[in-house]
Amino acid sequence: MKPQTQPEIQFEALAEDALLLRFGERIDIDLNARVQATAASLRNRLPELECVSAYASLLLRFDPWTWAGKDGQHPHQQLQAAVSAALRGNDPQTIAPRELIIPVCYDGEYGPDLADVAAHCGLDADAVIARHTAADYRVAMLGFAPGFPYLLGLDPQLSVPRRTDPRQRVPAGSVAIGGSQTGIYPEVLPGGWQLIGRTPLRLFDVAASDPSLLAAGDRVRFRAIDEETFNQLLAATPR
Amino acid sequence: MSASILKPGLLSSLQDAGRPGHAALGVGRAGAMDGPAWQLANALVGNHHGEAAIECTLLGPSLRFEHAAVIAVTGAAIAVHADEQQIPLWTSCYLPAGSVLQLGGMAHGCRAYLAVRGGFDVAPILGSRSSDLHARIGHQQGRALRAGDVLPIGAATPLPALADGNEVRPLHWSLDPQPWFDFDRRPLALLHGSHWSQLDEASRQYLAGGNFILSKDSNRTASRLDGHALHLQAPLELISEAALPGTLQLPPSGQPIALLAEAPVTGGYPRIGQIAAVDLPRLAQLRPGDNVCFHESTLDDALTRLAARQQRLTRLLETIAQRLEHA
Repeated sequence: MKPQTQPEIQFEALAEDALLLRFGERIDIDLNARVQATAASLRNRLPELECVSAYASLLLRFDPWTWAGKDGQHPHQQLQAAVSAALRGNDPQTIAPRELIIPVCYDGEYGPDLADVAAHCGLDADAVIARHTAADYRVAMLGFAPGFPYLLGLDPQLSVPRRTDPRQRVPAGSVAIGGSQTGIYPEVLPGGWQLIGRTPLRLFDVAASDPSLLAAGDRVRFRAIDEETFNQLLAATPR
Repeated sequence: MSASILKPGLLSSLQDAGRPGHAALGVGRAGAMDGPAWQLANALVGNHHGEAAIECTLLGPSLRFEHAAVIAVTGAAIAVHADEQQIPLWTSCYLPAGSVLQLGGMAHGCRAYLAVRGGFDVAPILGSRSSDLHARIGHQQGRALRAGDVLPIGAATPLPALADGNEVRPLHWSLDPQPWFDFDRRPLALLHGSHWSQLDEASRQYLAGGNFILSKDSNRTASRLDGHALHLQAPLELISEAALPGTLQLPPSGQPIALLAEAPVTGGYPRIGQIAAVDLPRLAQLRPGDNVCFHESTLDDALTRLAARQQRLTRLLETIAQRLEHA
């Protein structure tokens, strides 16, 4: 037998049609990579399941009547067995993630909290931008609002608490820091993260065949642009 | 064919079975809060493809039907009139062209469903015509209906049981609202959530039988339940995981929050319980100020009850379809 290198997955029945696979209880880029690889594997092998990844867990939504045993009972056990069998023996495939570059204007009104963030971190604004654009991020999950990416990989020195007075209307495209994470507001939304810049890209478009620009597991980098480039790109982005 | 909204009511929106399959993009399911009532309204007008109906909340809308239409209203005990004539619930009714349908207040319950033969035929978004009011996805960016909205109605053959005419005419039979609309207030079945065992003893006891009040801070996303504050034995540091309709979360205030049809797809509060899916329509029919009470249940029991209801509903849908074929 091959030595077990991966820790066991914990299964938890959350609801009649929901089974949670828990890989750990930390926000960790490697743990999340395992979640994404498992999700990719299951989407491939058991396409009838809906897979929803989070930081360290994967939710499966399923039709309990399809998965019930001969006695019409215990669909979660049947599904758990099928999932374990599907994952056994194949190391979750390492998928080469997509890589996206997100242009961000960090200037003036586009990054209203940049000065506060810089002061909190003991850096100047340019150093914050340099660190924010130097890092290699992974989309841990989408949530909060359609297409909102929670990105892992923020330079620890840029970690800042959320605002004490959340905004009612954060502009669409705002690039923000909340604690040790960074994210992008796809639409005008209420929010308490610190806004350090804005992207002209559209993150979510229900009319598109692929509505979300980003998916869990993607690699993301930010590239600083000036206001003129921001406006050019904004004009070129269908709304 | 279309209907115009004359008055929108308190909160009226188009809903169908919802938008499954997009949670990984951060898009929740939405859909009718009282699923069986929505399904039965559609069945009563002979719709079989999960057509969108109007979900009304506490006070219904008024609409004008440009052409003759066949409608049905189910769910909460709502007052319905067509051109001053009272319309019975839980049956279908023929409306001649130009009829004004007025849905009023509700004697009991919180949500009623207005279905029309052919369905409200707006463009589906991500496979559903449901309005997700919270995520702003659906017809007109997922907003609630407003006066002046014109809703297209899908083409359909006449219903044999209700052929044409110049008068408002309901069927001569109707469904028994029981057990689909429940007047008694039996406790809702609650499964233990991931963090049930982290509650202190008094909180566990209170949750499994104590009385809560459905807060005014309730909408299609969530209902806050006010009662004795619940406490964990020790604070928990949790990371966000997927969230579901029916999940009972415990925010730091100690007042639990029941997630509903427009639940966010992720959440980071402790999950102290999961309301049995079979009881979610009953929760959807409670009003702000109503009492809410739980009893402890198990997943096996919840599945058994859900299967039994599903069988009963399937049989009833077949019976309705057969009866509508006969004049």
